[in-house]
Amino acid sequence: MIKAKGKPLDDIIRMVEGYKKILIAGCDGCVTVCEAGGRKEVEILAAALRLYFAQKDAEVKIDETSLTRQCDMEYLDVLSDRMGGYDAVVSLACGAGIQYMAERYADKPVFPGVDTCFIGVSLERGVWGERCQACGACILADTGGVCPVARCSKRMLNGPCGGSSKGKCEINPEVDCGWQLIYNRLKTLGQLDRFECPVDPKNWATSRDGGPRKLVKEDVRI
Amino acid sequence: MSTTTSSRLEKMLAAGHFAVTSECGPPRNCDGSVIEHKANLIKDYVDAVNVTDNQTSVVRLCSLASCIRIKQMGVEPVLQMVTRDRNRIAMQSDILGAASFGINTMLCLTGDHQSFGDHPNAANVFDLDSIQLIQTVKMMRDEGRLLSGFEMKVRPRIFIGAAANPFADPFEIRVPRLAKKVAAGVQFIQTQCVYNVEKFKTWMNLARDKGLHEKVAILPGITPMKGVGMARYMQTKVAGMDVPEEIIQRLKGVPKESQSEEGVKIAVDTIEQLKEVEGVRGFHIMAIEWEEKVPEIVERAGLYPRPVVNGNDGGSCATS
Repeated sequence: MIKAKGKPLDDIIRMVEGYKKILIAGCDGCVTVCEAGGRKEVEILAAALRLYFAQKDAEVKIDETSLTRQCDMEYLDVLSDRMGGYDAVVSLACGAGIQYMAERYADKPVFPGVDTCFIGVSLERGVWGERCQACGACILADTGGVCPVARCSKRMLNGPCGGSSKGKCEINPEVDCGWQLIYNRLKTLGQLDRFECPVDPKNWATSRDGGPRKLVKEDVRI
Repeated sequence: MSTTTSSRLEKMLAAGHFAVTSECGPPRNCDGSVIEHKANLIKDYVDAVNVTDNQTSVVRLCSLASCIRIKQMGVEPVLQMVTRDRNRIAMQSDILGAASFGINTMLCLTGDHQSFGDHPNAANVFDLDSIQLIQTVKMMRDEGRLLSGFEMKVRPRIFIGAAANPFADPFEIRVPRLAKKVAAGVQFIQTQCVYNVEKFKTWMNLARDKGLHEKVAILPGITPMKGVGMARYMQTKVAGMDVPEEIIQRLKGVPKESQSEEGVKIAVDTIEQLKEVEGVRGFHIMAIEWEEKVPEIVERAGLYPRPVVNGNDGGSCATS
């Protein structure tokens, strides 16, 4: 799922300072799982903002909500009756949800309450790791199920580089060398022959490099 | 008017003359004589020669190497640099390399998307955009520092240019964007080819309203049409190009064998009209794969011989 982390309170205060009726909108999707933008985090942020404005003797109404998802119009529509009562929204959804909120309520300032980080997994309670960069052309079949685009710091397709040491990456001993992981996995699978086969330059046009992307699945369109 | 660098283009503008620049596109192979040949065709008729940086995202002999070649011939190059292919490390490194060879004038561009070129599957970089590249060069020159903050013992002295398209859509954004480039530190602007003189004048009016013409030297782009085919192509296929129908009709109005001469006449007429526009400080004549026509256009437009300018000869590097 998409992983995000809450923005520092001071940054959020800077964005909303001056507004009088603010809605904090969480999302029950990915950001709830990574504990950055679900109901619990909405509650915490709202309480912190109320405290801040109370200390400044500023009369600011802070309301809370959380939507099933912010990346679908039907769930954003739920707010249509209430939205007139607010002059700003802080969305705790991922970057996609924040933007869709702004698209749906075009005349409202919508501020990001989180930094969206990556597509990843839960490593342990409170720790998440990156696994995918959504390049649009999956090569995991050739790399033992470990992605060099996401897990090699140089996104090398023919690694590891000379900076790999004891299974760790040169940028930081905390970071696993993606290519060591690939090598180990291919070995386990008895597919080391794949390792010796040079991989050609990748087509990055399916990735961010090709420009903003759109998916169409014809058989489910109405 | 004092100058910030030893750039001949800067000196020409500071002296109050109409400046004349042109451009040479390097070849799609490693034959360096091609760029020398093109530069030789135009060198006595222009103040500086832009060398394009993998224009339209097609791999070509690199701009920096080409600039060094023509600099060594005694021609003043304008190093074009796009941010598409290199990150801030590579670009700052190239700027230092350029200055070490006496290159003192640059054009900072974002560059076309690689999907237009011969390697559409390539990753792109765009670590900086054109405005940030302007800021970078200015910081290196005026503060003697790299983006990292590192202080250089010897700093590059580069006259900073950028592009502007007065005809791109939406029109209302064009002057504010120019203002942003000026705020970043740009000193000269070469524009998209001008065929719609009236629209260019409207853009210049708006630029003058903001006083931008006093802060940046504007050199409208001039590209002669070889014929109706080219004009029609530019009108319909090139994004951001404004070719009014009367240009097409004017070319159509002469026999096919005279169309290229008519194209040159249009270019000369355009220059004459633009000379009268307050804020126009020179001309950027881009005769695409038709460099041999540049001397004739410069002469017929009354811009030849090129004035001799003196002044700041402190070189392209300065000790901090």
